[in-house]
Amino acid sequence: MAILNQMVRRLPPRWTAGYSVLAGFLILLILSFLPVIKLELVVNGLFLGAIMALGAIGLSLVYGIHKFAHIAHGDFMTLGAYVALFLLGMLFPRIGLESTGLGPFTFGYPLFLALPLSMLVLAAVAIGLDVGIYRRLRRRGVSNVVLAMTSLGVAIALRGLVQVIWGGSTWQYPRLSMPFYQLPMGVRIPPDNLFIGALALILVLALYLFLTRTKMGKAMRATSDNLELARVSGINTEHVLWFTWAISAALAATAGVLLALFQAQLLPIMGWRILIPLFAAVILGGIGNPYGALVGALIIGVAGEVSTQWLNPAYKTVVAFSIMIVTLLLRPRGIFGVRE
Amino acid sequence: MIDITGILSYITGFAIMAVIYAIFTLGLNVHWGYTGLFNIGIAGFFAVGAYTSALLTTATPDPLLFEDYIFGGNLPALLGVFNLGIDLWFFIALLAAGAVCGLVALIIGFITLRLREDYLAITTLGIAESVRFIFLNERWLANGSKGLYRIPKFLGDLVSPQNYVYLYLVVVVVVLVIIYIAVEQILKSPWGRVLKAIREDEVTTAASGKSVFSFKLQSFILGAIIMGIGGALYAHNVRFVDPHTFDPLLATFIIWAMLMVGGSGNNKGAILGAFVVWGIWSGTQFLPGFLSDPNFRYVMIGLLIVAVILLRPGGILGEERRISRPVQPPAETTSPET
Repeated sequence: MAILNQMVRRLPPRWTAGYSVLAGFLILLILSFLPVIKLELVVNGLFLGAIMALGAIGLSLVYGIHKFAHIAHGDFMTLGAYVALFLLGMLFPRIGLESTGLGPFTFGYPLFLALPLSMLVLAAVAIGLDVGIYRRLRRRGVSNVVLAMTSLGVAIALRGLVQVIWGGSTWQYPRLSMPFYQLPMGVRIPPDNLFIGALALILVLALYLFLTRTKMGKAMRATSDNLELARVSGINTEHVLWFTWAISAALAATAGVLLALFQAQLLPIMGWRILIPLFAAVILGGIGNPYGALVGALIIGVAGEVSTQWLNPAYKTVVAFSIMIVTLLLRPRGIFGVRE
Repeated sequence: MIDITGILSYITGFAIMAVIYAIFTLGLNVHWGYTGLFNIGIAGFFAVGAYTSALLTTATPDPLLFEDYIFGGNLPALLGVFNLGIDLWFFIALLAAGAVCGLVALIIGFITLRLREDYLAITTLGIAESVRFIFLNERWLANGSKGLYRIPKFLGDLVSPQNYVYLYLVVVVVVLVIIYIAVEQILKSPWGRVLKAIREDEVTTAASGKSVFSFKLQSFILGAIIMGIGGALYAHNVRFVDPHTFDPLLATFIIWAMLMVGGSGNNKGAILGAFVVWGIWSGTQFLPGFLSDPNFRYVMIGLLIVAVILLRPGGILGEERRISRPVQPPAETTSPET
C-alpha cells in the first residue's frame, strides 16, 4: 500500500486524475458484466459521449482561445444538422442525388457530400459572426462576460431562425430502416452508431495531429496559453482566432448531424438541450483542454445513459448538471485542468 | 361600435404583465447592472417563486379532480380565522416566494461565486432547466404537466370578476414602487457602491479590503428575492402555473432584452425597458403575415440583445453617473459593460 502511495505521489496530479478516470471506466465495465448495469446502456452512452465530444472539444477550444463561454455552441450543432437536412431532403433530390440504405446504414452516399458542406457552411457562419460581431467587441475591449452575453443573443436568434425556416416540428433525414446488430449480453447497436463512433474517432485523431503537428495547431495552443505572448512572438492571433471558430463550428456541425442520426430525428431545440451536458463535459475535463473535453464527454454520456436504469430518462440533463456541480465543488479546474 | 371596456381591459392586462416583468428586470439589474453577475437562469427563480406561492395558497388536492400533488398549503382557508378584513395570506406568500428564492440563490452562489465569473451563467442555466424538468416529472410535487390551476385571487371578493384586472394592476404597481424605492435606496448606500466597484474591478475592490465573494453573494440573494416576488405576482395574476410557463424565452431571454434595451445599471431604465420590449413583443402579434410569427419574434429578441450590445451598450437611458458634486465629470463617459 505504501509503495502504491509513493508511486501515485510521484506522478503529476493530472496523471493521477487520468488514471482514476481509467479505473472508473474499468470498474464500470466490470460492473456491467455483472447484472448490475446493463452493458447496452454503457455502449449507448459511449456513442452519445463520442457525439458530445465533438461538440465539447470545439466548445473547449473556443473557451480556451477566445476566453469566453460560447453559449451558441449547441445552436451551432442544431444549425449544422438542419443545413444537412436542407441538402439531403431538399436540394439533393432536386438534382437527382437521392439514395438511402448504403450498406448496413440508414443513410445513403449523399450524406458524405452533405456533411462536409454543412461543416463548411457552419465554419463560414462562425467566421461571419466573428467579423460582424465578436471582432468589434474584442477591439472595444469588452469583458468576457459581455462576449458570452452576446453569444446568448446569437443562440436565441439562430434557434429562432431554424424555427422560422423549418418550423417547430420534428424532421428526419431521408432514411431506410435497418435491422440492429444483436451482440451478446443483450447489446443491440443500430448500424448508424458504428459510423458515428468511427467518424468521431477519425475527427478526434485528425484534430490531435493538427494541434500537435501543424504550424497553425501549435499557434492555436500557444494562443490558448497566452494570447499576448503569442502575438509578440509573431503569431497572427487574428487568424488563429478565426481558425478556432472554423474548426469548432465544423466539429459542431458534425456533432449536430451525428446527433440527428443517433436520435433519428431533428428538433430545433436539440442543440440547446445538449448545451448543459457539453459545458459539464468541458468543465469536468478542464476548460481549454480538448483531450479533457473528450474524456469529460464520454463520462457525461455514459453517466447519463446508465442513470436511466434507475432514474426517469428526462433527468439525463440533471445528471450531467449534478456532475458539473460536484466537479465545481471538489475540483473546479477539472480533471485535466491546470491550476490558474 | 368599438368595445371600449374590452380594449381597456386588454391594455390593463398588458400593463400588469409589463409591471411584473419590470420587477424581474429590477432583480436582474441588481445582478448584472450593478454587480456584473451573469445570471441566465432567471426562469429558475421565476418558477421557484411562482410555484412556492402557488403551492402555499392552493387548496389541498382533490381526489375527484385527479390531482397528483400531495401538498397544498391552503393558506387562505387556514388564515380565515385571523382574517382582519384583508387577505393576509398574499403577503405571506410573496415573502415566502422571495425567501425560498433567496435560499436557492444562497446555495448556488456559495458554490459558484468564488470561481470564474462565467461559471455562474452555466450553473444558473443548469438550475433553470433542472427546476423545469423536476416540476415536469415529479407529479407529486406540483401536479406535473397538468399544472396548478386553483391559485386564489388576492382581494378577489372586493370587486366583480370583470373589473378584477384593474384592482390587480394597482396591487402590482404598489409592489413595483416599493421594490423600486427599496432597491434605489439600497444601491445608493455604501453597500451599493461596493457592488459597482466589484463590477468595475474586482481586484482593486478586494485590495481595498472588501470581501468580493460576500458582497457578490448578498447581491445575488437580493436579486433572487426580487425575482421570487415577481414569480409570485405572476402566479396570482394568471392563476395557472405549469412547467411550460417557464420556457427560457419568455422567462429569461426576454428579461435580458428588457434590461439591455432599457439600460443596465439604471433602475428607471430597467422599468422602461420592460414596458418597451413587452410592448414590442405584444404589439408584433398584430402585424400581418410572417412578422407576427412567434418564431420570427424569437429571432427578434436575440437580435435585439446583440444590437444593443453592439450599437448602444448603455441602452436607452444608460447608467446614471453618481459622483459627488464638487467633482467635475470627465469628458468621456464610462460604459457600463467593462
